Amino acid sequence: MPLTNYGSRTRTMRSNTHSSHPRPYLSMRMREALDGYLFMAPAVLGFVLFTLLPMLASFGLGFTEYDLLSAPSWIGLGNYAEMIADPFFWQSLRVTAIYAVFGLPLGLVLALGVAMLMNQPVPGITLWRTIYVLPSVISGVAVAMLWRWLLNPEFGLFNLLLGFIGIKGPNWLGSVEWALPSLIIMGLWGIGGSMLVYLAGLQGIPTDLYEAVEIDGGAAWTKFRHVTLPMLSPVILFNLVVGLIGAFQYFTEAYVLTRGGPENATLFYTLYLYRNAFNYFKMGYASALAWALFLLVLLLTLAVFRTTPMWVHYEGERGRRT
Amino acid sequence: MTDTLSDTGHSLPPAAGSQRSTRRRRQRVERGILFGVILTGAVVIMIPLAWMIATSLKQPGAVYLYPPVWLPNPPQWGNYIEVLTVANFGRYFANSALVSGFTVLGSVLSCAMAGYSFSRLRSPGRNLIFLILLSTLMLPSTVTIVPTFVVFQRLDWLNTFYPLIVPSFFGNAFYIFLLRQFFMTIPLDLEDAGRIDGASSRQIFARIMLPLATPALMTVAIFSFIGAWNDFFYPLIYLNSEDMYTVALGVANFQGSTRVGPQMQLLMAASFMATVPVLIIFFLAQRFFIRGIVFTGIKG
Repeated sequence: MPLTNYGSRTRTMRSNTHSSHPRPYLSMRMREALDGYLFMAPAVLGFVLFTLLPMLASFGLGFTEYDLLSAPSWIGLGNYAEMIADPFFWQSLRVTAIYAVFGLPLGLVLALGVAMLMNQPVPGITLWRTIYVLPSVISGVAVAMLWRWLLNPEFGLFNLLLGFIGIKGPNWLGSVEWALPSLIIMGLWGIGGSMLVYLAGLQGIPTDLYEAVEIDGGAAWTKFRHVTLPMLSPVILFNLVVGLIGAFQYFTEAYVLTRGGPENATLFYTLYLYRNAFNYFKMGYASALAWALFLLVLLLTLAVFRTTPMWVHYEGERGRRT
Repeated sequence: MTDTLSDTGHSLPPAAGSQRSTRRRRQRVERGILFGVILTGAVVIMIPLAWMIATSLKQPGAVYLYPPVWLPNPPQWGNYIEVLTVANFGRYFANSALVSGFTVLGSVLSCAMAGYSFSRLRSPGRNLIFLILLSTLMLPSTVTIVPTFVVFQRLDWLNTFYPLIVPSFFGNAFYIFLLRQFFMTIPLDLEDAGRIDGASSRQIFARIMLPLATPALMTVAIFSFIGAWNDFFYPLIYLNSEDMYTVALGVANFQGSTRVGPQMQLLMAASFMATVPVLIIFFLAQRFFIRGIVFTGIKG
């Protein structure tokens, strides 16, 4: 999507009206510029107040020890040294990485599959789409509570159904091995959002590309491999990056359902950061954790973007824009 | 999809040849399988919700029955009344409504203004500013939590709704992007006509652009409402007395309540009620909701 989308027509048109403006002391052009700044002022102020300054401040706080009561005291790289020696930090990274490496691709593939189903001309498709999107709009906490009940080892629906076919279900959220997979399964229920993004992408693929494959005698797989995937690759990239950031911000479900347990099996990064900040009041350490997270996400995102020439196909690069 | 057009037309002449009709039969089988898969998926997706509603209407003793009962008889509507009165959920709903309402107001106002500015008013450097704002989409909000908390604490805003509401009046990169894209689709002629008549940017914004942008504003309103209603993290860190809880906090603390104890039917009633406003809005405004997501997809 082009960022500077106003045509040259605008400019000529506006310079015509320029001279006819009734207020001579400020040129029309300047008034427009001032109005522009005025209109963007809240957003720019918000960026400065709620993003830029807090970011700089947390960078600074990362080099201090601060418990909210006494003034921050400078400890240099102390927090970062503590981090490297902190087994919980590594555990939280491990948990987050497992979620990102297994949960995220699983969700991406499933969402793509569902989006392709939802792109078929099936009777009542609007209803089906509504149903498939539904779980993704309802609340994190309410969904978490529902899943706590579904995954109840004795009376939950999961283990009742498993028992029905003669399998003794695990202690899901209560077991070290199954707690994290439980959260991953739960996450798959809410893929509706990324599914819709795929769907929008699918609907933007020109049908003549598929027709071309058909004329060449290509089968469904050829269509998928040589039309759908390349045309959809920018959308896949988008979902991948959003999902990656989401994995590092994963909090609510882990907080509500497992509090990071059992035995820290679901100690997600943001949950550990929350604990340091708001349970132990180690604001300096939490700030350092936040910056480590920021740098990590930045590096990962850049790494993903580095790989894009290999697999992301932009239609615009071939002189054609959709 | 083009190959499906033939599928709906049943008036194909019989002379079409046996090869063609085999293909059509195969297609029909494929469609049948497809429909079956979609239907099965829909059922699987709806089962947890049905289970939540079924549990919420059960008597305490019936919750743990085996085999499970799907249609509680008689349904215990009293569970909902109990949740609203005994567990103070009425209060939580009012709090959530207040917070979400102001969040919607703030987001729509500030983002519409910024969106208009970035799409139509040519101020030097605006594209750079826009790109910087847009880059915050990639920023994990976790990074800013500690200093923001410290500042709100200094302002004595802990345990008030201000930390949840005030930031929404200062824009949101995603909504600004969405509205900017929408404003750019509005024909320039309308605006230029206004300008020739001597209307100021403010008048053009209020009288021409805003009314035309209603669908996009609806999308932003819905997104910010759902976001604020479902938000858990910020209420968790900023609100600490029970009478200030939002619904999300209320549900999360429900199990730990000494007054009620772990009664699954009440917990499910509370959880379901917590989702009802979002469900209603989703059904009423689905069109806008889906359009909004489509906007995100295009930018890739």
